[in-house]
Amino acid sequence: MNMISDASHVAAHEAARARTQAGGEFLTFRLGAEEYGIDILRVQEIRSYEAPTRIANAPPFLKGVVNLRGVIVPIVDLRLKLSVGEARYDANTVVIILNILKRVVGIVVDSVSDVIMLAPGAIKPAPEFGATLKTEYITGLATVGEELLILVDIERLMSSRDMALVDEAQGSPLHRGDSVGSGA
Amino acid sequence: MADLNTDAASQAAGIDLSQFFQIFFEEAGENLARLEQLLLQIDIAAASDDELNAIFRCAHSVKGGAATFGFADVAELTHEMETLLDKLRRHELAPDTAMVDVLLQAGDALRAQLARHQQAEGDPVDTTGLLVAIRALVAGTPGAANHAAPAPAIPLPAAQPAEPSVARLLDLRVGPLADPADADNLVDLFNEIVDLGTIEPIDGGTPIDGMRRFKVLTTSTDSDLLDLFTFHVSREQVQLLPFGPGYGFHTGNPGVPPTLPVDSGYGFFDNAPGAPTAAVAAPTADATPIATPPPPTARALPKAAAAIESATLRVSVEKVDQLINMVGELVITQAMLAQHSQGLDPALYQQLAGGLAELNRNTRDLQESVMSIRMMPMSLVFNRFPRMLRDLAAKLGKQVNFVTVGDATELDKGLVEKITDPLTHLVRNSCDHGIELPAERVAKGKPEAGTITLSASHQGGSIVIEVRDDGKGLSRDRLLRKARELGLPAPDSMPDADVWALIFAPGFSTATEVTDVSGRGVGMDVVKRNITALGGSVEIDSAESCGLRVSVRLPLTLAIMDAMSVGVADEVYILPLSSVVESLQVHADLIKTLGGSGRVVEVRDEFMPVVDLEQVFRVPRRTALAGGAIMVVVEAEGGRIALLVDELIGQQQVVVKNLEANYRRVSDVSGATILGDGRVALILDVASLVRRSRH
Repeated sequence: MNMISDASHVAAHEAARARTQAGGEFLTFRLGAEEYGIDILRVQEIRSYEAPTRIANAPPFLKGVVNLRGVIVPIVDLRLKLSVGEARYDANTVVIILNILKRVVGIVVDSVSDVIMLAPGAIKPAPEFGATLKTEYITGLATVGEELLILVDIERLMSSRDMALVDEAQGSPLHRGDSVGSGA
Repeated sequence: MADLNTDAASQAAGIDLSQFFQIFFEEAGENLARLEQLLLQIDIAAASDDELNAIFRCAHSVKGGAATFGFADVAELTHEMETLLDKLRRHELAPDTAMVDVLLQAGDALRAQLARHQQAEGDPVDTTGLLVAIRALVAGTPGAANHAAPAPAIPLPAAQPAEPSVARLLDLRVGPLADPADADNLVDLFNEIVDLGTIEPIDGGTPIDGMRRFKVLTTSTDSDLLDLFTFHVSREQVQLLPFGPGYGFHTGNPGVPPTLPVDSGYGFFDNAPGAPTAAVAAPTADATPIATPPPPTARALPKAAAAIESATLRVSVEKVDQLINMVGELVITQAMLAQHSQGLDPALYQQLAGGLAELNRNTRDLQESVMSIRMMPMSLVFNRFPRMLRDLAAKLGKQVNFVTVGDATELDKGLVEKITDPLTHLVRNSCDHGIELPAERVAKGKPEAGTITLSASHQGGSIVIEVRDDGKGLSRDRLLRKARELGLPAPDSMPDADVWALIFAPGFSTATEVTDVSGRGVGMDVVKRNITALGGSVEIDSAESCGLRVSVRLPLTLAIMDAMSVGVADEVYILPLSSVVESLQVHADLIKTLGGSGRVVEVRDEFMPVVDLEQVFRVPRRTALAGGAIMVVVEAEGGRIALLVDELIGQQQVVVKNLEANYRRVSDVSGATILGDGRVALILDVASLVRRSRH
């Protein structure tokens, strides 16, 4: 790690620490053996899993799109994206529909647990890992009973570049009509 | 001076006028738009009376309404404009470019004032500069800050507040009239206004040399009276003079004694006394009294407006959109019913089947009608350009003619709003970078004035909008050089079409930019992105030193379309029916390979590329059965390709849903739709597939 990425890590960490000062209400859900929590205000609804319409050349964690009362919503399997647990699709599989930056997206999780209130002091900053889940997205850790709860900034995570949900500015002028995908 | 007297106006009228505000704003908006249009069209050297009068009436209408409702700032500015316009239409002043410019600016200021009143927020518009400029022009001394000197024919200064003052006795002469009975209309009109005064003929009711004369006792100002009278006769035909002995103004007029025996046979007044006494008028006709003191400007408006109102209806866009959404849902429900009823025994469920078929027809008709509500003529988009180009060309010192073709071509309202910004940018580019300076053009043997042409036409299921100019076109060398500077691949062998397309690359703006380009930080890359986001495409063609042509192609309607659904393995894909040419069964030997990798098929003596949808979309195939039993020939952008699919599922209307609202643009996919069973199916972008086959 060089100086620049070191500095950006520290900056992100400081920013995360600043965010964790506030408490709040969180929806908790399970991915594999881990328990995660996200800001309840971002949650629109919870649905059972239905097979989405596949979109060619999309990343493997993007299962496709579904019809949500007339609106086309992309579905991301967080278990695949974060490489946590195994991606099973059964009667218990749940999709959390989120409202992120004026877009509606869905995330597939193993199960939904509860809505909990956390006092500001209950949230501790997360230590640095070199894990798949970059710590920029983790706003903090909390203990609920015996469980460790990982609080995630779901808005940042879903709008990040590698999630590939948001269209980016076009690059080479030679690919006139195409934007996404390397093209078959 | 207070700029708002709405409460006082309401009180004076005796009713709450605020309920009429919206109508006033809308009509004023239309008047201002018309005013601008007329000002732009006017030929300074040969302005017709009709045009000048029409321009005057626009300003007049706005003034009247503004005064009635108490928008004093608007009334003040329009009053000054009116003074100038009045002089112009009476040929007391000759129109010149400075006047047109000031009037156009005044129009802008009025729009700003009205917007401010309508939204009830914002800072007052400072019009002192404009007012001074207009008064200076009226006085015939541009740059002088003097109040306008009245013209000799009007004894009183023009800008006098219409406050009741001392009753005056006036000699009104009307003529020469082709039909002297026109003067009677004046009298009727005069009498309809309460408290205006009295009018009586002093010529015995018979014209002398085509002139009619009346004695008028009034407290109104001359300008107000003239406003009134000019509804029926032209300004040149009205003269107001002080009533009294020894006129000496006109030769040939018989001297008229101060009093005239009134013959009851005139029939103008049923009960008016002969001698003028107090300024009390007995209205002979039923007339609704209008709020004092402004002249009855609202009178003329309803006459003209009524004719238009009966033919159109103002509806809010939200209502129309709601209606279209509901029709969309209806289409989906009807498709679902049709699908579920397919399996029923027709003999048993004959009536049900018949009913569903009828429902299908009704839904289709309903949908067509509703979609057409949102269709607007392209002229709405084109209308903003004359003014913009005029100002821009003047600023750049260039001469530009603006031509539009296909104004009546219709386009969905949603598209109209979204296409305006990109088109504005393209037109500005043509004017700014395309058209050369007059001297340069003449040196090249071109006419001094450049021409920018905007055209719109329907082609198949699309609307094609072109921006053409006869300027200097794009320079291939400069583009290649700039591309290399930016690190983009730009070999010398690059075909022209690709070179022109380089200008769509981000960061490719030219070095010499006008400082206020299109106002929104727009570059050609954003233009292209906006157009593709609408489901359209943009192409450039250029010939160096001859000109440039930018073609924008857009789908006609976004919401509902006729479609063919095809099956590829377990998945369903949707093709726009307008792009489907035909479908045929595939024999293995029909498909030949070309150059080892591309596949072609011969259909009716035409060779076209084969596109295997299973490959393009990487559709997983579970069974070992070979697919690609059917070929669907589709056409887009002048090219044809044959798509390999497994089966033809059906033909139905689909509601087009936007994929990019929550996701992003997907290659070769133009949108999505919801099938009868609630599943999502992707709508293929045929143009993109055709392009892909070309590479």
